[in-house]
Amino acid sequence: MTVQATEQADKADSGSRVVLSARGLRRDFAGFVAVKNVDLDIEHGKIHALIGPNGAGKTTVFNLLTRMMPSSAGTISFLGRDITHMSPAAVARLGVVRSFQISAIFPHLTVLDNVRVALQRPNGLAIQFWRSLSALDALTPRADELLALVGLSDARDRLAGDLSYGRKRILEIATTLALDPKALLLDEPMAGMGHEDVGAVAEIIRSIAKDRAVLMVEHNLAVVADLCDRITVLQRGEILAAGDYATVSQDERVRVAYMGTTDD
Amino acid sequence: MAEATQTRTSASGARLQWVLVAIGIAALIAAPFVIYPIFVMKMLCFALFACAFNLLIGYTGLLSFGHATFFGGAAYFCAHAVKVWGWPPEAGILLGALGAAVLGAIIGFFAIRRQGIYFAMITLALSQMFFFFCLQVPFTHGEDGIQGVPRGHLFGVLDLNNALTMYFTVLAIFLIGVFAVWRIVNSPFGMILRSIRENENRAISLGYSVAYYKLAAFVMSAALAGLAGAVKAIVFQFATLTDVTWQMSGEVILMTLLGGIGTMVGPIVGAGLVVGLENTLATSGFPVTIATGLIFMICVLVFRRGIVGEILARLPGAKNSNS
Repeated sequence: MTVQATEQADKADSGSRVVLSARGLRRDFAGFVAVKNVDLDIEHGKIHALIGPNGAGKTTVFNLLTRMMPSSAGTISFLGRDITHMSPAAVARLGVVRSFQISAIFPHLTVLDNVRVALQRPNGLAIQFWRSLSALDALTPRADELLALVGLSDARDRLAGDLSYGRKRILEIATTLALDPKALLLDEPMAGMGHEDVGAVAEIIRSIAKDRAVLMVEHNLAVVADLCDRITVLQRGEILAAGDYATVSQDERVRVAYMGTTDD
Repeated sequence: MAEATQTRTSASGARLQWVLVAIGIAALIAAPFVIYPIFVMKMLCFALFACAFNLLIGYTGLLSFGHATFFGGAAYFCAHAVKVWGWPPEAGILLGALGAAVLGAIIGFFAIRRQGIYFAMITLALSQMFFFFCLQVPFTHGEDGIQGVPRGHLFGVLDLNNALTMYFTVLAIFLIGVFAVWRIVNSPFGMILRSIRENENRAISLGYSVAYYKLAAFVMSAALAGLAGAVKAIVFQFATLTDVTWQMSGEVILMTLLGGIGTMVGPIVGAGLVVGLENTLATSGFPVTIATGLIFMICVLVFRRGIVGEILARLPGAKNSNS
């Protein structure tokens, strides 16, 4: 470990523990600046919300943080380690795992297999092409645990594609949790869900955030107010305001942006 | 309750599958006594070729338009080793499969960088380069091909010039090859391949470097296609340019589509149908390509899942068994 990294790790242990951090993040698309000068600090044990109108660049920030899209400028560090130039799969292996806006499941695999696929890699089972599928049975207890945690045990043997929309999103959270990520990035986890499901997912997120850092994009401000410790407001790719809900909701520019006098 | 019923159906379904597999193998053992062995051997070679191709398209979601390179390339390697270097047939066949794996690694290395139609176009372009390579280099003997390849003795004892010995050797290799495909598909690694086919971005976000998995699948598919091509060279005692043309790459796609992509038996049925049709029509004077073209059109219009795919989809309780 470098001196700098050690220092940062020390700092992380005392007081606020920043897990994932971005400085001066920027992304250009052929002359259009989608994300400009974004600084973020995602802390352990906290839920951080990223909000803003459509097209503000929230999903792009997700893509940049998980390296699914290369950034044009800026740095990203994870537990003091510079991950700005890593491959997306390597970032995921370190422990920064995301969900997607469009529910990302494997529709033709069973619910159980969806979770087991996530459990395979750390167990070295992913490359074994000579063994029978029963080799994966060793992962079943852990997968069942995760399914019980999110309340999907009854759907275990169904095809993931046959689940209701809300339950697909819940399955996605279970799959993400299977990797035991240190930083969890949830892209609109409650979008399109029924009322009861929203409450259930909020509880799941609250409980999983106890020992990891969570960053979520969310449009439902009631949920954000209730769930999130810290809020960053994006508009046209730039940070408009940041702080806790009380601070942000009092901010004049945020109110203008959300009441819709100048923006969509 | 519903779950218990479902489990029971799938258990009896699995039993039925094994019975059908046993009947199929029995039929193949009896076949040379009823049908002209050379014809069945040709079918088996193409069936294995199609199964190898299906590993890629059906279970990884990659459409290769250059698989003739591995099939025909392996035939050249095997024929040259056996005829010019005097290698025993088993060593020649092994060399063919290994050579195809190397070609697969090279072509795959470039192709997996792109997706969809671009992937197909890169495999096509590189296999065309290989075609011209085969046309130009001396060891393939250009338009003539490598002819008069001796069948020799398997392991130094079994005389392959005996039609039945040759047949059962081909059958054994075919069964081993199909078992290999089945094992790869139904393995922990195969599970990752399926997850990549289902949702590549999700697989990446779970920490899988999908490029390596795709390349591994590509090399395995190429090696098995090479195994089929090398065996064909021993059976027919020659290796020709026909087997490295893009038409051959197209034919294996046709066989797999006809039988049913992503089913274990589909490619075998498709290969049997196409080879059978070609053989029947070859003597009748009716243009083969028109017949296969018509059948292909009917297949695409009427049963898009292929013959076996359509049957499986219509079986009661078959919804879950898409493997």
